[in-house]
Amino acid sequence: MSQIPADLKYSKEHEWVRVEGNRAYVGITDFAQDELGDIVFVELPEVGAQVTANETFGTVESVKTVSDLFAPVSGKVVEVNAALADNPERVNESPYGDGWMIVIEMSNPEELNELLDAAGYQAHIGG
Amino acid sequence: MAELKRTPLYPLYQAYGAKTVEFGGWEMPVQFSGILREHEAVRTRAGLFDVSHMGEFEVRGPDALRLLQHVVTNDVQRLEPGAALYTPMTNERGGCVDDLLVYRWDKDRFWVVVNAANIEKDYRWIAGWRDKLGLGAEVTDRSAEIALLALQGPLAEQILQGLTDTDLRPLRYYHFCEGRVLGKPVVISRTGYTGEDGFELYAAAEDSPALWEGILAHGQPQGLVPAGLGARDTLRLEARLPLYGHELTDDITPLEAGLGVFVKWDKGSFVGREVLAEQKAQGVKRRIAGIQMQERAIPRQGYAVRADGREIGRVTSGTQSPTLKVPIALALLDADYAGVGAQLTVDVRGKEAAAVVVKTPFYKRPRRSDG
Repeated sequence: MSQIPADLKYSKEHEWVRVEGNRAYVGITDFAQDELGDIVFVELPEVGAQVTANETFGTVESVKTVSDLFAPVSGKVVEVNAALADNPERVNESPYGDGWMIVIEMSNPEELNELLDAAGYQAHIGG
Repeated sequence: MAELKRTPLYPLYQAYGAKTVEFGGWEMPVQFSGILREHEAVRTRAGLFDVSHMGEFEVRGPDALRLLQHVVTNDVQRLEPGAALYTPMTNERGGCVDDLLVYRWDKDRFWVVVNAANIEKDYRWIAGWRDKLGLGAEVTDRSAEIALLALQGPLAEQILQGLTDTDLRPLRYYHFCEGRVLGKPVVISRTGYTGEDGFELYAAAEDSPALWEGILAHGQPQGLVPAGLGARDTLRLEARLPLYGHELTDDITPLEAGLGVFVKWDKGSFVGREVLAEQKAQGVKRRIAGIQMQERAIPRQGYAVRADGREIGRVTSGTQSPTLKVPIALALLDADYAGVGAQLTVDVRGKEAAAVVVKTPFYKRPRRSDG
């Protein structure tokens, strides 16, 4: 059974967002990490990069497959979880904690309204 | 899409945490506890795989040997009863119809073990040559009644020995015998597809669930885990064992695939011989080579390989090597660029990532000190 914390927002592409003021922490969901299997690489943008909602901001590779990461909101990347370069398994172990990927300084917080809440995401993955 | 086939062990998968995927028309477990964990277990302890999707044909009759000699490239004549061999099976163009194992039971009776996705194609191919040549040989597809479990890893012998009266020590690599495991009649074959020591156990389909559960329960204290096709793929790739549909296809010859040692020229005629002899005389223009990435990028099947500004081949299989912790791949390359040390790039989703041709296998198991 996948964990879906109630206090987060979710994209249909299986990213989660935790909002702190104007900053949005972004990672992939427990469901997504479980579907991917053992994650061996996470490729993330540089700090300062601009990302656009619904466009790719990086890739995540498991032993079996590669998958694009989609930005849930638009803005500037102000922090990157550099630890994932050497410890990509943190995404499997702690998708909502140590496995976070980037922090986006939102340029259009209205976009948050387009995202799913926990119940909506649960329904989306058919849980 | 046609309904996926399932092995007799399918009903047990869920209890062992399997995640299933489609593979060659079958719904198979890709992993149980996780590919990396299963891979490591097989390299250091043992893993148990359900490979019941593989096909088994029995070939028997006065011309059984002649038929097999005609359709495969290895020399079945040299096989003594109780021994098995690996061989490509080639078409008239020298390409591979399949790669398979031949087991010799006695003078006129053999088993042929083929890839799941090729069962119908191979049956038609072998029976077709039998008819064309007018040979006295019966070819029977026994795939549905036979289950296949692979117990692989350095502790495989120790674990299996606890479950059978058959003395396993004298059973050499690529040899087999009949015996009982957990009281069930099985064919015990010292073969595998992981680069480790191990056994493949052919059993009646109805006995296979009890064998699966019993072997896992017995081996668990020694670190045995159920393993899926994901780990099987990374294990075989590190050991440079070809996978049909990747390193071998109807259009890739055994010589191009680096399997020349399994093509015997002194055995007489066989399908594709002339084309292969010509290719051997001329030298292959392209061949399968091992490459290692020099940056963090995983080459996957189909990715273009470049050198001197042009495409010189394609990746046939690639992964992050769980043992070596670097990305590795097999690729079908222009022979001029397939030598060890050649500097290449792989187009990893639009980025030219540096790679170098390396010696294979990528991984070789340590020799048994008491062997």
